[in-house]
Amino acid sequence: MSEPILVVDRLAGRIAGQQVVEDVSFEVPATGVTALLGRNGVGKTSTIKSILGLIDRTGEVRLAGTRIDRLPTHRIVQRGVGYVPEDREVFGALTVAENLRLAERDARPRRELVEQLFPDLVQRRAQRAGTLSGGQQQMVSLARALVNENRILLVDEPTKGLAPKLVDEVAAALAAAAKTVPILLVEQNLHVIRKLADRVVVLSGGRVVFTGAATELLDDEDRIRRYLGVHDAADAVENTGTLEETR
Amino acid sequence: MSTLLLLVITGLGLGALYFLVASGLSLIYGLMGVLNFAHGSFLTISAFLGWEVGRRVSDGTWWGLAISALVGIAVGAIVAALTEYLLIRRLYERHIEQALVTVGLSLATVALFEGIWGTDPIYTEKPDWLGQTTEILGAKIPNDRFLLIACALLVLGGIVLFLRRTRYGLIIRAGVENRSMVTALGIDVRRSFTLVFAIGGAAAGLGGVLASVYYGYVSAHLGSTLLIFAFIVTVIGGLGSLTGAAIASVLVAVLQQFANFYLGGTGDLVVVVALAAVLLVRPRGLMGKVA
Ligand SMILES: Nc1ncnc2c1ncn2[C@@H]1O[C@H](COP(=O)(O)OP(=O)(O)OP(=O)(O)O)[C@@H](O)[C@H]1O
Ligand SMILES: [Mg+2]
Repeated sequence: MSEPILVVDRLAGRIAGQQVVEDVSFEVPATGVTALLGRNGVGKTSTIKSILGLIDRTGEVRLAGTRIDRLPTHRIVQRGVGYVPEDREVFGALTVAENLRLAERDARPRRELVEQLFPDLVQRRAQRAGTLSGGQQQMVSLARALVNENRILLVDEPTKGLAPKLVDEVAAALAAAAKTVPILLVEQNLHVIRKLADRVVVLSGGRVVFTGAATELLDDEDRIRRYLGVHDAADAVENTGTLEETR
Repeated sequence: MSTLLLLVITGLGLGALYFLVASGLSLIYGLMGVLNFAHGSFLTISAFLGWEVGRRVSDGTWWGLAISALVGIAVGAIVAALTEYLLIRRLYERHIEQALVTVGLSLATVALFEGIWGTDPIYTEKPDWLGQTTEILGAKIPNDRFLLIACALLVLGGIVLFLRRTRYGLIIRAGVENRSMVTALGIDVRRSFTLVFAIGGAAAGLGGVLASVYYGYVSAHLGSTLLIFAFIVTVIGGLGSLTGAAIASVLVAVLQQFANFYLGGTGDLVVVVALAAVLLVRPRGLMGKVA
């Protein structure tokens, strides 16, 4: 296999003096979707924020072989790291068009691609992002990352709180994106993970407890139960598909 | 009727001065969360240097005043940008230290100004027209009020256009809402911090020169006096809201004029009472966002 696009080595992160990422090491291959999994509060979001330098961190992070763990956030992103945060974080007072314009880094941003993926946003260009529905806000958040050519996308729970139909739409957009850019995806919905993920990395107690092919985890009820806290794993996968609902 | 009109227009003129200070305070707080107690010093140094240069070029003429204004704007912008770059930049998210540094700077600079220009006010010359009055509906309105109002409107319009039409304006508006997400889009938000300080300093600098026209003197305490009211205006308007600052500037200044006239010089007291009332009813100010 070729060199991994992202290498995370002994990463630790703290918020307000409190250790929220203990000691995390994993790699993200240069193609496909790698899912970052674990129970609620285990530090998935914090791991992503540590990689981006949004919280204080120690340890090594290498992007395509180059260390990025000493860089400020904006420089890391400029090197081709696209970020779709948990809870969307669109700028509510700005219009859809302004949100997208703000995100454009490339000399030739891929506006047509975004318009093609999210036609709904075209009609809503002049609408304030704060007045969009949750699903539409998620589209804006994804579009902000996809409008640039990135070397990797860090996507944190993009389907959180969305209706099933929208979950499918978001998954389809991610699947399309994954053809051209590797993705590190935090996701609770096992259906989505099954559909998108090639590999999985599981966090527990601030550390990585499992890495492997997605099927290795998803086909193993016992592992799902142990790592993700799903009591009726088969049920979760077959019927509801979400970890939340089976808690 | 004529008294009423005089009070309103004088209030608007004073409100213009408040706005020139409050606009910067509000933008700076909105984007960076910094309460800039040194803002009054930006105004004072600009007033002094504007006056020093203006009177040497052509004292008491429009030409001299225009030079003063340009010098004031430039000095305000440069001093503010340097303050951000050299002092405040190291202290982001450290609110106690920021307050200590900006309060310290304001005390130290007042002492410095007193050392250079003395403790007494220095009376200034202005173009004749500004010392005269214009009669509107029977009210004799001092002409300098019109200049103040026009300048504040220009500044308000300029800042609004800048925020709406430019890339930096976009970054600033986004940054007021969610600074870390702006950096997570690959934007160096710190550069716009310096810019916002410069803009706020430029407005305060113009305010300094206009204040010396309005009061008829320059003094080391010019900025400190205006800063108190500008802070009240900023809080009433809603920290971080430019429109709020504009509206509150007018309300506070007009209220102050009326109370001074009809309630036996209680203007300052009434303003503080108004501040308390607004904070009780709307803790985030008139146009404040729910953060
Ligand atoms: N701002 C903060 N201040 C203090 N503790 C925090 C803060 N943000 C997160 N934490 C703590 O850090 C730990 C990890 O949080 P994180 O959001 O990274 O978890 P997560 O795996 O993304 O959870 P979820 O699945 O619910 O999104 C949690 O225990 C959380 O309480
Ligand atoms: Mg999370």
